[in-house]
Amino acid sequence: METVLNVDKLQAYYGESIILKDINLKVQEGHIVCLLGRNGVGKSTFLKSIMGLVRTPSGSILFQNKELINKPTYFRARAGIGYVPQGRDIFPQMTVEENLQLGLEVNNGNGNISPEIYELFPILKEMLTRKGGNLSGGQQQQLAIARALVAHPKLLLLDEPTEGIQPSIIQDIGRVILQLKKEGYTILIVEQYLEFILNIADEYYVMDKGNIVAQGLVSSMDQEDIKSKIAI
Amino acid sequence: MDTYLLQIFNGISVSSIFMLAALGLAITFGLMKIINMAHGEFIMIGAYAAYMVQNFFSQYLPASFFNFYFFAAIPASFLLAGVLGWILERLVIRHLYGRSLDSLLATWGVSLILQQLARSIFGAPNVDVKSPDWLNGAFLVHPGLQLPYKRLFIMLMVIACMVVIYYLMYRSNYGRKIRAVMQNRAMAASLGINTRRIDAYTFAFGSGLAGIAGCALTLLGSIGPTLGTNYIVDTFMVVVLGGVGSLWGTIAGGFLIGTGNTTLEFLTDATLGKVLVFTLVILFLQWRPKGLFTIHSRSLDE
Ligand SMILES: Nc1ncnc2c1ncn2[C@@H]1O[C@H](COP(=O)(O)OP(=O)(O)O)[C@@H](O)[C@H]1O
Ligand SMILES: [Mg+2]
Repeated sequence: METVLNVDKLQAYYGESIILKDINLKVQEGHIVCLLGRNGVGKSTFLKSIMGLVRTPSGSILFQNKELINKPTYFRARAGIGYVPQGRDIFPQMTVEENLQLGLEVNNGNGNISPEIYELFPILKEMLTRKGGNLSGGQQQQLAIARALVAHPKLLLLDEPTEGIQPSIIQDIGRVILQLKKEGYTILIVEQYLEFILNIADEYYVMDKGNIVAQGLVSSMDQEDIKSKIAI
Repeated sequence: MDTYLLQIFNGISVSSIFMLAALGLAITFGLMKIINMAHGEFIMIGAYAAYMVQNFFSQYLPASFFNFYFFAAIPASFLLAGVLGWILERLVIRHLYGRSLDSLLATWGVSLILQQLARSIFGAPNVDVKSPDWLNGAFLVHPGLQLPYKRLFIMLMVIACMVVIYYLMYRSNYGRKIRAVMQNRAMAASLGINTRRIDAYTFAFGSGLAGIAGCALTLLGSIGPTLGTNYIVDTFMVVVLGGVGSLWGTIAGGFLIGTGNTTLEFLTDATLGKVLVFTLVILFLQWRPKGLFTIHSRSLDE
């Protein structure tokens, strides 16, 4: 099985302060890998370093066996990494449709939004002409995931997709992720909500203060131990 | 009353030129947070481009062609200013992203260099650009109120440019990318948009718009190396009043400054009128620091 993402001895900084000290993490093709950890330990920073949005002076990020560490952000997106940030980062002044069309930019704007996107997120079809900024938090989350899926990424990065979202939409999102898994998508998902990932993820990593402190298969996970590691 | 109407008409026509220049400034500031003090010099470059096209027509082409030189001058102004803008972005601006104060000083230096360059090439004295014959004369509304063709033409030209800008910004792939980068640079890049390239093209486009503004100004009087400095203050005022980064705001700001200027100049005199407009704009900004139209954008709030 191919290793889609192979991160080795990665360090990341904001200005002069070190956030990620020594991160090693692998994602195999077709797997769903979950990154757990308390608030402020560096999970989002890790996804940002994969996208090239923070300073990473040392370490290696191999994506499909190609080194990305010195590549600009847009190159990484074009290489096939789809990113759904923690704040969703919908373009607030643009319509839902325009937000989705921007998902095609990895192919220079060519291609179409496949009907499958609207099957996964029927709500978006009804809202195509609404401004992104006028959507509810849950709708923005669905739009952000849809926007990342438009170009069929080889790796999907999800940063706390359940944060601040009502339970019914959390269930919808869970169903979508399982559907994507069935279709063979490779996903790295950051979460704090342990129950959500239990029946979704194959492997887990636990991060604390910029280091990986535990990892393994979700099927053989000691839930109490992990809970104590990520409890606030 | 007729005199006042004519003044207002002329005022709007002049301010429509600022609008064009201001749109270029607003787009580049909204996108890159660069305060481009050299923007006025691209107005000057556009004006000299029109001057060169005029000279070319009168020297090398049959006299019957001369009347049409202006239609060649418009794209020439846009292209020359645009290409020079692109070069400036590549050489200077791109090293200054996110450093507003440095960019202010550096582009001010650039503006002085460009003025000196114009002086060396074209000489210090002002030169005249002869308007085509068909623009001399006026549209007779009724005896007592005649609208000069030149001013009407300028307004039509600006409206045409606005329509093109609107389509480019709101109906094309390229415009969608610019707006995405304006609203959230990091997310735009994460979707595969080469933000640096967008910056360069947009800077060139904004400079080109200033060039067209310069081309229009040649219809109203003689031009010289310091043409840009005369207009940059008004242009900045339009941008700030309208709300930085908002196209509709820029258009509204242009109208307000244009009519305000002429009305107050009409009621008082030229100097006092300018001072009053300036004071009113400052007072307005005390009340609404972000201008008429604010765009709610995280990238601008930062
Ligand atoms: N833009 C930033 N500038 C400086 N420090 C930041 C920035 N964003 C996050 N941090 C710091 O980096 C650390 C890790 O943050 P983050 O990766 O967001 O944590 P998590 O996603 O695990 O909650 C925190 O201490 C946070 O304060
Ligand atoms: Mg986070």
